[in-house]
Amino acid sequence: MAKYILQRVVMIFISLFIIVSATFFMMKAIPGDPLTSERSVSEEIEQQLRAYYGLDEPLFIQYVKYLKSVATWDFGPSMKYKAQTVNDIINDGFPVSALLGLEALFLAIGMGIILGVIAAMFHNKVPDYISMILAVIGMSVPNFLLAALFQYYFSLKLGILPTAGWGDSFEQTILPAFALAALPTAVIARLTRSNMLEVLQQDYMKTAKAKGLSRLVSTFKHALRNALLPVITYLGPLIAGVVTGGFVVEKIFGIPGLGMQFVTSINNRDYPLIMGTTVFYSIILLVMVLIVDLLYGVIDPRIKVSGKGKGGE
Amino acid sequence: MGKLLEVNDLEVSFKVHGGEVKAVRGVKFHVNKGETIGIVGESGCGKSVTAQTIMRLIPQPPARIKNGSIMFNGEDLLKKTEREMQKVRGKEIGMIFQDPMTSLNPTMTVGAQIMEPLIKHQNLSRKEATKRAVEMLDLVGMPNPEKRIKQYPHQFSGGMRQRAMIAIALACDPSLLIADEPTTALDVTIQAQILNVMKDLQKRLNTSIIMITHDLGVVAEVCDRVVVMYAGKVVEEGTVQEIFKNPQHPYTKGLLKSVPSLDQDKDKPLVPIYGTPPDLFSPPPGCAFCDRCDYAMNICNKQDADKYHVSDTQYARCWLLDPVAQEVRSK
Repeated sequence: MAKYILQRVVMIFISLFIIVSATFFMMKAIPGDPLTSERSVSEEIEQQLRAYYGLDEPLFIQYVKYLKSVATWDFGPSMKYKAQTVNDIINDGFPVSALLGLEALFLAIGMGIILGVIAAMFHNKVPDYISMILAVIGMSVPNFLLAALFQYYFSLKLGILPTAGWGDSFEQTILPAFALAALPTAVIARLTRSNMLEVLQQDYMKTAKAKGLSRLVSTFKHALRNALLPVITYLGPLIAGVVTGGFVVEKIFGIPGLGMQFVTSINNRDYPLIMGTTVFYSIILLVMVLIVDLLYGVIDPRIKVSGKGKGGE
Repeated sequence: MGKLLEVNDLEVSFKVHGGEVKAVRGVKFHVNKGETIGIVGESGCGKSVTAQTIMRLIPQPPARIKNGSIMFNGEDLLKKTEREMQKVRGKEIGMIFQDPMTSLNPTMTVGAQIMEPLIKHQNLSRKEATKRAVEMLDLVGMPNPEKRIKQYPHQFSGGMRQRAMIAIALACDPSLLIADEPTTALDVTIQAQILNVMKDLQKRLNTSIIMITHDLGVVAEVCDRVVVMYAGKVVEEGTVQEIFKNPQHPYTKGLLKSVPSLDQDKDKPLVPIYGTPPDLFSPPPGCAFCDRCDYAMNICNKQDADKYHVSDTQYARCWLLDPVAQEVRSK
């Protein structure tokens, strides 16, 4: 077990190295640089700025320097937000995004699994149709539209929840969390439903019934655990996605999270920020995937993680 | 010996696209206390449906119990509510299924699966249930039961899993055990072991067994009486001696003839029953076997035969047993 985790951690570092390198060179391959959009400055000043940021050095030297600083967890100064380093931006934004993301995640897992189980238990009956219509809506309606609708109905019409803002009260987090949870809820509901339907047909469900267990007990005790494995596969990337922020939702609700930094940094050609957010997201994603792989072993005893062979398959 | 279970005129149909399949068409048999009866017949003859109907395990819909009664200890199981049935399943009647590889929950320890009915039906504490689970595994001949209860099904071989299934089914000391082809998915040596375990436990616990199988060897090994089913009906019933020594229905005879024997000349071809069973979508009005029967007469096509008793315990549904058909029979 320890050996397996160690192997995976080494793999994570190798993956990170590749991601950092690829992002670095792709970013440099885009024409223009952070200074392109500045108002026309004199040749001299531009030269000085380039020298300050190290942009005048050969590409390879820049790359090696960057690798060194990333290795010490220093992403450098932001080129756009002069007063802040990239580390500051991540440190400020991530807790906000993570809190919102976790809230959305709990909503998505809870509602998704319940909807999926109900749909499977009442296969091809009204509750099934209702759940699946909700799931289709969750999957197909973009979250900015949902966010706007939520704001319109719950804030303007009913006036029960604040429209936007962050950090003053828990109520402020409710609408964005629901808006952010819509898509994952729908995906989890559909995954749970299809897996439950398959599991409910299994022979061991008949055994459970033959023991005299009620439908509810056999569904939750025997079926759900077997049906959740594929859902857990989906959770890894999902968690990484939601805790690092939903760009649109954060923008609409005026939340100072990490999500918007992803997008604006690219428009601004803010090299250090692009690199910083990408590396940060990659780390979270890789760690989550590792945790999910370890969770498999807990949920399904047939899957044993070991240091032998390729991974834990 | 009193009757423990009495199935009367049971009719079960399945609603399928464009009609209904009459899987069980008026089955009648009974099980005495402490005896083993075998239900034999080829695939699709309704043996499993009958068994699962006794436990009310068949999904309704698509299945529909159209007629009949299943008297168990004087109560009609078909009239019980789902909640009442939950108290019968696992407690009064235990069931073993065909494929032990898929009949156990892969994500639960074997011990937990044996303990489940004990906690549910006998209100045992976890500790008592664990103790009883170990006893049960010991009883079905599993080595190292204390270690085994903590393991998962994938750590068990097929035969061991079937032993675990027997332990689950018998955990609450039921008066009836329904074994739906319990040895079909196992190889021959393991089959013999499992049959021995069942025979042994029956003697100790005085359980009645309904053994559903298409293997006549199994029947000869463990059963007291045999019910032969064909196309959803009982075509012959008798004690094991009667069925094997003096079969009356041509279908039973065909089944017995088709069993190869060890000392048979190896160049001699096997004797099959030619043809296929009738489509139960629209069963024939007469005897369902008459298309495949060497002795079919005119009447067989038109009307199904009544029961003809050969002895107190044996009867067959065949026109050949009618006094009028004496002449054909002597041929």
